[in-house]
Amino acid sequence: MNLKRINAIARKEFIHIRRDHRSLILSFLIPVILLILFGYALTLDVRDIPVTIMDYDNGKYSRELTRSLSESGYFTINDYVGNYEDLKKNIASRKSLVAIVIPPDFSRDITSGSNVRIQTIIDGSASNKASIASGYIESIIGEFSSNIIAGEGPLGGLKMPLNSEIRVWYNPELESRNFIIPGIIAIIMLMIASLLTSQVISREWETGTMEQLIVSPVKKVEIILGKIIPYFIIGMIDLVIVVVFGRLLFNVPLKGSEILLFLLSALFLVGALSMGITISIVAKSQVPSYQIAMLISFLPSYMLSGLVFPISSMPKVLQYISYLVPAKYFIIILRGIFLKGSGFLILSMEVLYLAIFAAIMFTMANLGLRKKLT
Amino acid sequence: MFARIKEIIIKEFIQISRDRRMLMLVFAAPIIQLFLFGYAITTDIKNISTAVWDLDKTYESREFISDFKNSGNFNLNYYIDSEDEISELLDKGEAQVAIRINPGFGKDIKSGDEAGIQVIIDGSNSNSTVIILNYISQISAEYSRSVLVERVERMELLSGKNNNRNIDFFSNETGIWYNPELKSRISNVPAVVAFILLLTTIMLTSMSIVKEKEAGTIEQLIVTPIKPIELVLGKTLPFAIIGFTDVLLVIAVSYSWFKIPLEGNLFILFFGTILYLFTTLGVGLFISTISKTQQQAMMTTFFFMMPAILLSGFMFPIENMPVIIQYITYLNPLRYFLVIITGIFLKGNGLNILWPQMLALGGIGIAVLVISVFRFKKRLE
Repeated sequence: MNLKRINAIARKEFIHIRRDHRSLILSFLIPVILLILFGYALTLDVRDIPVTIMDYDNGKYSRELTRSLSESGYFTINDYVGNYEDLKKNIASRKSLVAIVIPPDFSRDITSGSNVRIQTIIDGSASNKASIASGYIESIIGEFSSNIIAGEGPLGGLKMPLNSEIRVWYNPELESRNFIIPGIIAIIMLMIASLLTSQVISREWETGTMEQLIVSPVKKVEIILGKIIPYFIIGMIDLVIVVVFGRLLFNVPLKGSEILLFLLSALFLVGALSMGITISIVAKSQVPSYQIAMLISFLPSYMLSGLVFPISSMPKVLQYISYLVPAKYFIIILRGIFLKGSGFLILSMEVLYLAIFAAIMFTMANLGLRKKLT
Repeated sequence: MFARIKEIIIKEFIQISRDRRMLMLVFAAPIIQLFLFGYAITTDIKNISTAVWDLDKTYESREFISDFKNSGNFNLNYYIDSEDEISELLDKGEAQVAIRINPGFGKDIKSGDEAGIQVIIDGSNSNSTVIILNYISQISAEYSRSVLVERVERMELLSGKNNNRNIDFFSNETGIWYNPELKSRISNVPAVVAFILLLTTIMLTSMSIVKEKEAGTIEQLIVTPIKPIELVLGKTLPFAIIGFTDVLLVIAVSYSWFKIPLEGNLFILFFGTILYLFTTLGVGLFISTISKTQQQAMMTTFFFMMPAILLSGFMFPIENMPVIIQYITYLNPLRYFLVIITGIFLKGNGLNILWPQMLALGGIGIAVLVISVFRFKKRLE
């Protein structure tokens, strides 16, 4: 290995990157945009769910029930309707996600102690929202009825049986951005690996400059290192961007050690970039490299890493496949360091996986690269 | 004119079919993506790994714990007996929830007092935490209610007063429409179809045109008598055809494999899809006019796609976004197509409900297409 030759290849790659202004700007702009989107705009929280009320009763208790719905903060009543057709239209046209039907004589029946039954209709076409909304409704109605039983029952003034104290650790305000922003680091590193690095060797083949490299005395490992270094630097700069902006603008907590975060991110980045180079070597031209990179590196990392979608709810086959997705371990590490303040010992298994991944990918890139014309 | 367009189209198809890898990717990639996304994008929360710390160990506490088990959502994987174990399990991510039953739970339940429990949740995944909190509050509410009912009955018995009323009188019947079992797959697969189309068509159009630029063959095309408009059509039509074939393929798989009900009219769906393809091809063409290299085209496509997907209303509700961003989403074609495709698949919506979305999508599509064609023509001249 010769540092001078590695340096020469890296410099040449840098010139390539510099010349292509847009790719360079985008590789710094995309992390910023993702941060802003996840920091300000995108939240998984379900609030202000629009509700249509069909109140046939219009009595004391029906008003109390609608009030407790709107005062909960989860629901906004955006329409009152008088017939079922209008209710159906509101749900079909997505005006309301939920409709509640309060039967006639609701208040009178509660006072007299007869059976009352209300009906709730939920638009299930957005299943996540729907199941959260359904949970909120169940608890509001449950509380409403318990209050009536305890407070207005035959003897009145009964104590509620259960006092549950709920504590949420690591992310007590349940901010979805605290959950997603650490994961963005993994996504951005993969983006660099699959969009930029996956092109470097196939571009040389396509433009015919690979032949020049082949006749030069540069060794394989030097080519690979030289090609990886510039993208490694971009990736690390992006890491700094996410950490600094995440903390300054969005108060994403970083409870663990910064040094550990940087070291482990570097480890992951080396693996991801080597994978990008390997793909680039195998595919030989740019469009297929991109497609392969998307298919085997970016998308699985996005989908099967636990970034947004919980792995434990996936079918068993996908759960097994997810063990092969390095981003899964990296995201555990990122969340551990950011939110839980985990140290090296707790994360040691994940670190081991990432090290193995990086070693395999780097070796594969070396084995795959042929300095021969075919 | 048509003869010349036909020639370009034939040339384009020959090029695609020669590249076997490319051909496979054009048709296999969407299917693989559909399977991956269809199964992976799940927001159902099941198998919640739970630790139980029962300090009471009475009949009542065991009863309460078994309510969690019977709900089917909690896996009681760990029975522990110290505070330290909770932090260890949660830190390592081995358990997501810890339930602590305070001492005296059984006694308090029997004596009519307030019994205490404590629940600790790993909140790092905010979305699943909200759902888990809901599960917990439903289980506790149900338990409370049954205890309350018992208490009222006992007091009536003790006091000898029995006014013959039914205490357990309140019921709520929840009907969930369009996706009664709330399977996230049912609501996500139609969205996945929209994403796949976006991914495939924009990328293919922009890259294939830029590829000719890179290879220099675009100059050869310019010196031929082919008119710019013919070139545009010849270049985009193949991808429109491929895109539409992908639509058919993906819809067929969604319907037959994933059992997504197709409640609405297939022709309205096709109509909406064509409007959507206008936009994606237009955007692809536009990207090709501003990119010099395939890498640039790719980065730009990605730069467009990421916000388009994130701001489409899928997963992240538009209503909760800041107002300015909400206005921006009106420009997002995906936003409209998602309403159209889920509306037709799951709700059986017709044009009477979907016309605003169709109109918006058509408007955006034509605008983007016209701008791109003009830019493309100018570049050629």
